[in-house]
Formats: sequence, structure tokens, C-alpha cells
Amino acid sequence: GAAAAVAAMLSLDFLDDVRRMNKRQLYYQVLNFGMIVSSALMIWKGLMVVTGSESPIVVVLSGSMEPAFHRGDLLFLTNRIEDPIRVGEIVVFRIEGREIPIVHRVLKIHEKQNGDIKFLTKGDNNAVDDRGLYKQGQHWLEKKDVVGRARGFVPYIGIVTILMNDYPKFKYAVLFLLGLFVLVHRE
Amino acid sequence: RKNVEDFTGPRERSDLGFVTFDITADILNGKNGLQIFWNENTWMLFFIFDWNVKQLFLYLSAEYSTKNNALNQVVLWDKIMLRGDNPRLSLKDMKSKYFFFDDGNGLKGNRNITLTLSWNVVPNAGILPLVTGSGHVSVPFPDTYETTKSY
Repeated sequence: GAAAAVAAMLSLDFLDDVRRMNKRQLYYQVLNFGMIVSSALMIWKGLMVVTGSESPIVVVLSGSMEPAFHRGDLLFLTNRIEDPIRVGEIVVFRIEGREIPIVHRVLKIHEKQNGDIKFLTKGDNNAVDDRGLYKQGQHWLEKKDVVGRARGFVPYIGIVTILMNDYPKFKYAVLFLLGLFVLVHRE
Repeated sequence: RKNVEDFTGPRERSDLGFVTFDITADILNGKNGLQIFWNENTWMLFFIFDWNVKQLFLYLSAEYSTKNNALNQVVLWDKIMLRGDNPRLSLKDMKSKYFFFDDGNGLKGNRNITLTLSWNVVPNAGILPLVTGSGHVSVPFPDTYETTKSY
């Protein structure tokens, strides 16, 4: 009915646009697209410098910090060396040899005079501390394992990244639509 | 499987087992406040559970210094308090939730273990501040190990 008519009109419009674009306009749109990607990368690198973290924004992947954080929540991190690690802080760390970062809370710290620190973590929603998660023979985490400290968060938004990870078809669909939008959009 | 730690720690933990803390709520102008009492010392904290506070992560930590380590901090107890939960807690004779192991033998005869209550404010969205309560209690450990104390 009406919906089908609207769809037909929109698709005709789209085809017309593509036909009307000549080569120069196409190149322009591609350059535009390139600029947007470069700007995004620059902003990301800038964030890395300002926060001191190699991964200033992370997505929560598990429910081990519920009810504070759920799968899909976005965390904003800083990793400044001047900030000492203290109990109660929420740290994002990587276990040696593993790719996936873990978001848990610091339960125990032992710091030497010279600043060397070893600490233990635990997820709020876990019954036991993280010793079982660490590498074989590893009893403590150290500064080098830390990706950053969680300073702020926004709920839900990261669910898109999780979906894109778990369903590659969804990722390609999103990228395809994004590319299409940028190429066809007229300023 | 946990690692094997120095077992001189837990025997001294029994000294900390018997601490009383009360948490009462005060309704001020329609907002919730938190008033925390710690033994005879009163901590007056007024915390507002406003629309952007999803929960408080409360934790009691012990801080002390030893020969081995300049700074040690151990969380003894924690609690999640959701907005809407009864802000009135009446906890007495609480034993620590987590093992109070030292990294070494630094608890025996340690005169100055400072207990502090802190909390992490978890908003619905936004900054995650860590706040420390304004009072604290110092607890000394005895010079000898307890051998007969049992739970």
C-alpha cells in the first residue's frame, strides 16, 4: 500500500542520484569519506595521549561487575602514571598473553617505597577474587598489566560493538550502509 | 586453586572481627542522607541519592605500613547499596568478608592499622567518583599471635 509506494519512490530517487553523479563528484565524495576516517583516527589518537591509555574507551563484555556495569556499557579510562592505584578503584587490565581486557575492582594493594606495586582484583558480582583468572603461577597484578582506570561510563551504547563482533554479517551491513550514506549524501 | 599464603595473617584477623557499625538514614527535605556511626566515633556523611545515582559501592578498607611494604591496603568488607534500597543498615559484630592476609609478617605488633569507609558512586551515566569518609579508626594489633581463637 502506502509503504510500498514510499519505498518505490525512495529507491528511484537513489538511483537517480547515482546516475547524476559524474566522476568528479564521486572522487569528491570518496575524499570526503577519507577525511572523516582520518579525523576519527586523529581524535582517537588524541584521546590516547590525553588519557595515557592505549584504549581510552572500552566496552564491558561480561556481567562480572553487575549491577554497576552490564554487557554493552561503555567505560572511559585514564591511565596516568601520577595516579596511584588504590583499593576500590575500577581497573581495566590484561592478563599476560590474553587479548581480552577485564574490568574489575581493586581489592588489595601492597606498595613498596619505590612505587613498585602489586595488587589483587575482584569482580563485584563474583564470589571470589581474580587469582583463578591470572596466569599460572601469577598471584598479583602489576602496573604493566593495567590498561586504565574507569573514570566515567555511559550505559548500553557499546552493545553495537558487541553485536558487530558476534555477528559479522551485522558488521558488514553497518559498514556497507555507512559507506553508502557517505557516498550518496549531498552537502 | 588458591596459592598458599603465609598463614600468620588470619589469626590476627580475629582482632578485627568485633567492630560495630550502624548506618542510619536521615530524610532531609525529601532527599536521603547517610549518617554513618563507627563505634564511638561518629562519621557524619550526608550523601544524596539523586536521580543520577544508580548505586553506591561501599567498602571498608584497612591501611597500614610494614617493613616489607610502605603502603598496604586491604578491603575487609564491601556492600552494594542500590538507590531505593533501605539506606538504613544496622550491622553489628561484622567479621571481615575477605581474608586479611598481609604480604609477609607485618601485622604482628603493628600499632597503626587505619580503618576507613569509602564508597564508589555509580551514576546512571557519567563520572565514577571515589569518596572517602571523613572519619577513620585506628586499630592496633597485639604483639602475639592468637592460638585458640575460633570462629
